[in-house]
Amino acid sequence: MLLMLKNRILKGLFSRHIEPDLTAKIDRLGLPAGQAGLELKSLIQNKFRRSLHIRHLDSGSCGACESEIISANNPIYDLQRFGVNFTASPRHADALLVTGPVSKNMLIALKKTYDSMPEPKFVITCGDCALDGGPFKGSYYIEGAVKNILPVALHIPGCPPSPLAIIQALLMLLREKE
Amino acid sequence: MDCTEVITGIKNIFPGFYALSATQAYADEIHIKLRREIFKDTCLALHKVFSSPVAVLFASDERKDAAKFVVNCAFVNLRRGQWVIISTDIPQDAPYFDSLARNIHSVSLFEREVWEMFGLEPKGNPDLRRLRLHDEVCPKGNYPLRKDFHKIQPGDLEDYKFCRVEGLGVFEVPVGPVHAGIIGPGHFRFSVAGEPIINLETRFGFTHRGVEKLFEGRSCFDALQLAECVSGDACFAHSLAFSQAIEKISGVSISKQAAYLRAIFLELERMYNHVNDIGGMAVDVGFSFPSAYASVIKEAILQLNDKLTASRYLKQVNTVGGVLKGLDGAKKNMLRTSFKSIKRDFDELINILYSSVSFMDRVDTTGALRRKTAEGLGVVGLVARSSGVPADLREYFSGVYKEARFKMATEESGDVLARLKVRVAEFKESSRLVEEFTGKLLESQEINIHPELKGGSALGYAEGWRGPVLYWLETDAEGLIQRCKIVDSSFLNWQGLSYAVLGNIIPDFPLCNKSFNLSYSGGDL
Ligand code: SF4
Repeated sequence: MLLMLKNRILKGLFSRHIEPDLTAKIDRLGLPAGQAGLELKSLIQNKFRRSLHIRHLDSGSCGACESEIISANNPIYDLQRFGVNFTASPRHADALLVTGPVSKNMLIALKKTYDSMPEPKFVITCGDCALDGGPFKGSYYIEGAVKNILPVALHIPGCPPSPLAIIQALLMLLREKE
Repeated sequence: MDCTEVITGIKNIFPGFYALSATQAYADEIHIKLRREIFKDTCLALHKVFSSPVAVLFASDERKDAAKFVVNCAFVNLRRGQWVIISTDIPQDAPYFDSLARNIHSVSLFEREVWEMFGLEPKGNPDLRRLRLHDEVCPKGNYPLRKDFHKIQPGDLEDYKFCRVEGLGVFEVPVGPVHAGIIGPGHFRFSVAGEPIINLETRFGFTHRGVEKLFEGRSCFDALQLAECVSGDACFAHSLAFSQAIEKISGVSISKQAAYLRAIFLELERMYNHVNDIGGMAVDVGFSFPSAYASVIKEAILQLNDKLTASRYLKQVNTVGGVLKGLDGAKKNMLRTSFKSIKRDFDELINILYSSVSFMDRVDTTGALRRKTAEGLGVVGLVARSSGVPADLREYFSGVYKEARFKMATEESGDVLARLKVRVAEFKESSRLVEEFTGKLLESQEINIHPELKGGSALGYAEGWRGPVLYWLETDAEGLIQRCKIVDSSFLNWQGLSYAVLGNIIPDFPLCNKSFNLSYSGGDL
């Protein structure tokens, strides 16, 4: 443990091989430089009493969307520093983040998850699948568009959307909610 | 081995064997047609000859032209690098065949699949519950992969019958389909007496999207994009297996340059996934620092992918006939520089993990899957190798890997630690291979040839990071897909997980699960 810390301090945390202007990009996200991160944070602080809790639900995705949502939480993008948290239970979630084209087998689970969230609540869809079935459009076993089942406040396009796109979309949503 | 040798091999064990036809369809593929009556005995004989589990058993519907179904069963002879596919006709008015499940356990899931998708009964299979079409939402009598099926017909719904363990003090812990993390949906039902798990019943199908049916009628380039969406973290392996099947049918062989590039991308996919899983194991024992560290390494590889191919998950990189994205001098340099730090960070990550006594204590002997069980269940890929089964398609089949003296990683103990060690060894081997292949790339050679599409059928395969990915394709004269059978290694390996957790405690389940890290979408299709 000591050795580990010593090494880290000597080398500096995560100093290498990450796209150098990434932090700048995260900050920029469609705003004057340096503001986006701060804005996201202050929006969350005002609107959600310091934290936005999201419950993720996979309704039949291929797994890449999940991977990118997890990436958005890694130390580089670090979604948590803006006050966005992923919860283990829908019971204390503000938002439901749905991926996948809603397989018939997941329909009940999707509705039940939504029903067990407290009001006020909203739904975000992530990835082309969740918009209209995406690559699986026309299948006998999908319900397609989440918006036909639940009221959707925001869609994050992409197959899969990059972590940056996810952060950006959350910011947009919060701005609109003002 | 040519056809005659295979036939002699079968006859030694099963003298009553005779083939209606036997052809060497491709250098690595033999097709044998026979009568339904001897289907079972022949399969059992081949199972012995090759000591191979059933790689895949699947059906297709040819009622329109020939008033029959066809059932195929594929075996692999690893030592010779060869597939043997046995097929038999099933008349449409007598839709059944003899089950192999009581003799070869690994075939049971495939038989259930054929039953639910085609309505062909495997006579003698003790378990005919449906895998993907849930009884609560899809009435019995719907057989989606029959050609005349278009939409689910209404009917009576039922409840699913779980296997139950009863007795004094035994209780059930159901988990899922919605789990606590950011992860796919599946249902796990533990039966516990005191602390140890005495049975784990899994139920999947929650991400069933009817993928195989969606392939039908598509042109191969259209279908290739769908193949990339079957299992999102193994996009490249799926697209590779798919395109290899088409290439075999069309009779083209890709350029050496393209073969190197494909191997590079396949290994990059393996690397980001392996490091992700290593981090996942750390987080599941509550050791969050290395897991954060691992996620940084994963991000570095994803960003490298993005810079090399404009896709973090290597989508739209592979194509039928080669690859779309080459690596020029600048990209090669970028790859080399990134690899330097990726390798250094990886070594440090492993250092941190291996020097933590409490971490090692948690993974050592946890979730052991013994070799005998692994072989009996027919598990494949990384899980099999961690239990001492030497099976890796890269070792036995592909040319460029042989040339680079690929070294297969295996471990004997079959526990979480073994699966960790295999991942570590494979990560290192992959990074060596990527650098070696990069060094061999030439600037000038063609990387993509446009094949002329033909009708036919072939098996495409690739060793993805979880294990083999198989695509059986049948195309018509215009090159449109008539039948596509996909096997992702997750489909078979879920059973391995059910056995590995026995005797462990439920709090260790996430750790065991992560050490397998199987794909919900790849298994559910
Ligand atoms: S949108 Fe694309 S990446 Fe996301 S789940 Fe669907 S197929 Fe996968």
